Amino acid sequence: MKNMLEIQNLSKSYKDFNLRDVSFTLPEGYIMGLIGPNGAGKTTIIKLVMSLLKKDAGRISIFGMDHRDHEVDIKSRIGFVYDNPNYYDHLSLRRIKNIIAPFYRTWDEGRFQQLVKQFNLPLNKALRKFSRGMVMKAAIAIALSHHADFIIMDEPTSGLDPIFRRELLDLLGEILQNEKKAVLFSTHITSDLEKIADYITLLINGRLVFSDTKDEVLAKFALVKGGRDIIGDIPLVGFKAHEYGFEGLTDNIQAVRKKYGSKVVLEKASLEDIMFYNNLGNNHAQFN
Amino acid sequence: MKLFIIYTVYTHITINTINTIVGEKSKPMKIIISNASPDPIYDQITRQIKNHIITGEMQEGDPLPSIRKLAKELQISVITTSRAYEELEKEGFIDTVGGKGCFVAMQNKELLKEKRRKTVEEILGDAVAEAKKLGIGLSELREMLELLFNYEDE
Repeated sequence: MKNMLEIQNLSKSYKDFNLRDVSFTLPEGYIMGLIGPNGAGKTTIIKLVMSLLKKDAGRISIFGMDHRDHEVDIKSRIGFVYDNPNYYDHLSLRRIKNIIAPFYRTWDEGRFQQLVKQFNLPLNKALRKFSRGMVMKAAIAIALSHHADFIIMDEPTSGLDPIFRRELLDLLGEILQNEKKAVLFSTHITSDLEKIADYITLLINGRLVFSDTKDEVLAKFALVKGGRDIIGDIPLVGFKAHEYGFEGLTDNIQAVRKKYGSKVVLEKASLEDIMFYNNLGNNHAQFN
Repeated sequence: MKLFIIYTVYTHITINTINTIVGEKSKPMKIIISNASPDPIYDQITRQIKNHIITGEMQEGDPLPSIRKLAKELQISVITTSRAYEELEKEGFIDTVGGKGCFVAMQNKELLKEKRRKTVEEILGDAVAEAKKLGIGLSELREMLELLFNYEDE
């Protein structure tokens, strides 16, 4: 199995934010969700991968090639959806497409027309008159119209209604029928895309918390609820206490079950729970 | 001894029901995924396909949908689906034929029945343990079982 994306010891510093020593890989044939709260470094990583920012240290390779040495080659095979598409917004979608299409040898006009129709997008209206969701749909239509091998999406679901978000799942599922393709998306809305994600990478404060298969992640963590008296003893990644008890996240289900089995409730944790309590734990650690 | 029983209430239940066509001749295979179930998704798939095989709904040699097709239809991860198929193969329910996909394996019907018997015994064992905790005696338990058994028959 080949790797679509390899990131090794990636670092980037700003005045008020540091991405520190991040490493993870995405094998081809799979979907990875890059999750984390706002300001975790998701967009920074995607911009570094797309060479829109210059890294301070580390190695990025895509399709087995260095992302800088083979930038043009690599980019022609990537479908990129950016959180804040910077299109010339006085132009219509048709004009923008006419500008973009020639850059891709593999541009598929039929596919584009089909997606525009499916997404109900007007071709002749200026983009500034588009809603945020429509702009996102337009960006997705363009990204999916040149048979890209690697789809990279930064916050693709923000501004999209749940109906279209599900449609997007179908589109991605279709792309993944080909096991030579891969998808990387970042999101802080973990609920929809988490369904189909094979790998989950969690970032908090510029650091990698974990990068693993979703099934491993969901099996590793559990929600714990119980009385306030045991908070100090129980192994928790992070917790929130309220007047009548607490809710927290553990990464040591066996130990909790063995020692506190009768005193606590253990429940399946969602990715949102996992992100939330890891973030809380991280903040606690910083204050202590 | 005090006994605490804790009920978990799921506020939203999402169920993906999908009928996947497994082959031109065979009937659609039914798989229902519950996101509210405490069981992992791969386990739900494994169990349901096993059931189809044990009840004879899926026959020896029947093709299974490809891993990627099933993942797409159920809107779940490819890795989860692979895991389900791996479990089925480990337990001898399906065979993977390189380049052609997965098929229902030759089954030892008696062995399967024996396995199912074991499951029934286990569940009854749980019921007995629970009954003992509550001080329910054998005769009362027998009555319950009879009642349930006859009810199911009707």
